[in-house]
Amino acid sequence: MSILVNEETTFIVQGITGREAVNLTRECLDYGKGAKVVGGVTPGRLGREVHGVPVFDTVAQAVAHHGKPIDGSVVTVPPAFTKDAVVEAIENGIKLIVIVTERIPRGDVAQMVELANLRGARIIGPNCLGIIVPDVIKMGGIGGPAKDAAKSYTPGSVGVISRSGGMTTEMSSTLTAAGLGQSTAVSIGGDAIIGSSYAELMPLFEADEQTEAIVIYTEPGGRMEAELAKWVKDNNSRLPIVAFMAGRFMDEMPGMSFGHAGTIVEGKEDTATEKIARLAEAGIVVAEEISEIPELVKQAIANRKG
Amino acid sequence: MRFYEYEAREIVKRAGIPVTDYGFTRDAAEAKEIAARIEGPTVIKSQVLSGGRMKAGGVQFADTPEEAQAHAENVLKLEINGQMPRGILVDPKADIDQEFYVGVVWDGTAKKPVIIFSPVGGIDIEQVAEEQPDKVGRRHFSNILPFGDYEAKEVIASTGVTGSDLNKLVPIVTKLAKLFVEKDMTLAEINPLGKLKDGSFVALDAHMDMENEARGRHKKLLADLGVGDEETREAREPTPFELAGEEVDSMDHRGVAGNVTEFDGNLGLVIGAGGGSLTLFDAVRAHGGKPANYCEIGGNPSVKKSCGLAKLVLQKPGVDKIAVMMSIVSNTRVDIVARGVIKACLELGMDPAEKIAIFRIPGAWEDEGFAILDKYGVEYADRSVSLHEAANRAVQKIQGAAA
Amino acid sequence: MDGVFISVEVSGDVASDPAVGAKLEEVCPVSIFKGTDAGVEIVAENLDECVLCGLCQDAAPGKVTVTKLYSGETL
Repeated sequence: MSILVNEETTFIVQGITGREAVNLTRECLDYGKGAKVVGGVTPGRLGREVHGVPVFDTVAQAVAHHGKPIDGSVVTVPPAFTKDAVVEAIENGIKLIVIVTERIPRGDVAQMVELANLRGARIIGPNCLGIIVPDVIKMGGIGGPAKDAAKSYTPGSVGVISRSGGMTTEMSSTLTAAGLGQSTAVSIGGDAIIGSSYAELMPLFEADEQTEAIVIYTEPGGRMEAELAKWVKDNNSRLPIVAFMAGRFMDEMPGMSFGHAGTIVEGKEDTATEKIARLAEAGIVVAEEISEIPELVKQAIANRKG
Repeated sequence: MRFYEYEAREIVKRAGIPVTDYGFTRDAAEAKEIAARIEGPTVIKSQVLSGGRMKAGGVQFADTPEEAQAHAENVLKLEINGQMPRGILVDPKADIDQEFYVGVVWDGTAKKPVIIFSPVGGIDIEQVAEEQPDKVGRRHFSNILPFGDYEAKEVIASTGVTGSDLNKLVPIVTKLAKLFVEKDMTLAEINPLGKLKDGSFVALDAHMDMENEARGRHKKLLADLGVGDEETREAREPTPFELAGEEVDSMDHRGVAGNVTEFDGNLGLVIGAGGGSLTLFDAVRAHGGKPANYCEIGGNPSVKKSCGLAKLVLQKPGVDKIAVMMSIVSNTRVDIVARGVIKACLELGMDPAEKIAIFRIPGAWEDEGFAILDKYGVEYADRSVSLHEAANRAVQKIQGAAA
Repeated sequence: MDGVFISVEVSGDVASDPAVGAKLEEVCPVSIFKGTDAGVEIVAENLDECVLCGLCQDAAPGKVTVTKLYSGETL
């Protein structure tokens, strides 16, 4: 099984005629069992096609053409237009929205998330590469072209959640090389406010029988790791978690932002040191290097079973 | 981006929140004129972005205009935590009955703005929260519904404040909450919010941080305040090396090759992407290496931009070698980056095989990239070599070269 | 014409055809070709930006040669 998406999932790409979106569409169509990309939206481009996918002016047209509700949307429109695109998707009944766009102000993200919560929809991102279920489906640019994604991702029992899109692939590739496949890998985005945090995805992995362990990539900035640590303690999770923390050098440089918009250290709780302590307290194993992760995962799974 | 106090006060004032009759100046003689206009004791406050002004002597009290001028001269010359003041604020010394606190920030977990209010102001709110938790009220508010006065009323009342104070505070808190949302702030804080002897309230100091991503939406406000596009307003001013990095990144619109931060080591880094750069920078240091810089490549930049970034790093004084490393790429192309960094060496008359300690970028178009590296004799690694191991090899090489 | 990594040649008869020149300029994503009244010019400073997409060869079949100077391979 998997979380969030499976081979039946249908989705559209908003902003489909953009340079990167055209590539992303090709990649998703080619990967695994072939994603069901049922349409694309770019205003003014009704009637065109992108790799055989019909293009519409509005999400409503795409839904009407499909003839039944569409499950998801990958949003790739520029930052100034993202909020409107996401609201359009939600108000047309779409329940899973992957926002690829970077540099969206927090106020806009908070509005999108609040509306999504009211409508029972879920947002992944912004500033993320999407979701991949190895050999089945990818929704977003995660892993790149189908043949490259196939090198890094294999089916298996590890759930991957990462604030960095590139590191989702780096960690999964390391797991794959060590014989550990992935159930689902989710790039959740690098911003200060995102649609789905670690703690918000954990219940889905918890309910997924295929998943036996979780690997997360984390960074300084924000309270998301503290939220995860609390969730793990409160819910007596069956899943062992192995974490990797990048950006430890930033502790010496308060007020500076590196890597992702969400990394700026504003208080003591945001620092790498504090986060590592908090994760460890909750029984989460923190790896010093990526290459240690597979062994730590194997040990953790063995410990739970033993 | 952070605002100076004099700018933050102007923002508060424009939102309709009462402020004192202060004046901002860069000139000590003018400080005297402002103090004369104020007609009474004044406070001279250094305008720096750094905290700890009081301790450093950047806040002085004056009884007469002449005294205000003398203090102004000293404060204008006083460096605080490495920053020279932008100017000074000449503020009437208000007759205060009680100091309050009100602030609005984002809660990334709840994904909503939160108002923090306390009848104990003038000191760090975190200290109040620790020592008198019942005196700190918090209330989240919706970011899609219009802000209601009742929300301000609830947070104020939750701290035990009632009577005419409550009724006078509601519009102030409401205006601050609306300002936070409308101006895309990440912090909007009035501390202290003073209650004067006559029972009215006035903002005595303000801190404002605006989200960088939203600066484009507030061009008029920023222009009115005189904030230039080039001002980053991070924890420190950008260095010329960092500004040169921004210039490289703006050469064209394809991808990113920039976000440069200067360090003082001998190993130049051409690294990416966001998470990969953080991991690699840590890895270089963990192996005892001394990075000359931090930077980020991502989003498939042009050869020209990769080349420009590599040249910038190669020419930085003290740099012996560069390490070109990224986490597995899916969008950025290995061959394009390889072309860029090799071209940089060639154009500077350097031997790529000698200058590039290691090239570790696996992923899209790697076969093509590795063919280029083969031709120029550059050592490279594929995904079977971890980020940490690649960093280790680069550090070993540069230490071998230095020995 | 040669860059450091990429060489592009347009064969003689096409090089002097303004219609083909305009088409090559339109399809190339990294602006290696410039259409002129006399045919097509190669923009030397953009040669190394070539992404090996082959769109120029689709636009003028058999008339454009792209060579990878680092391996000698010709497209």
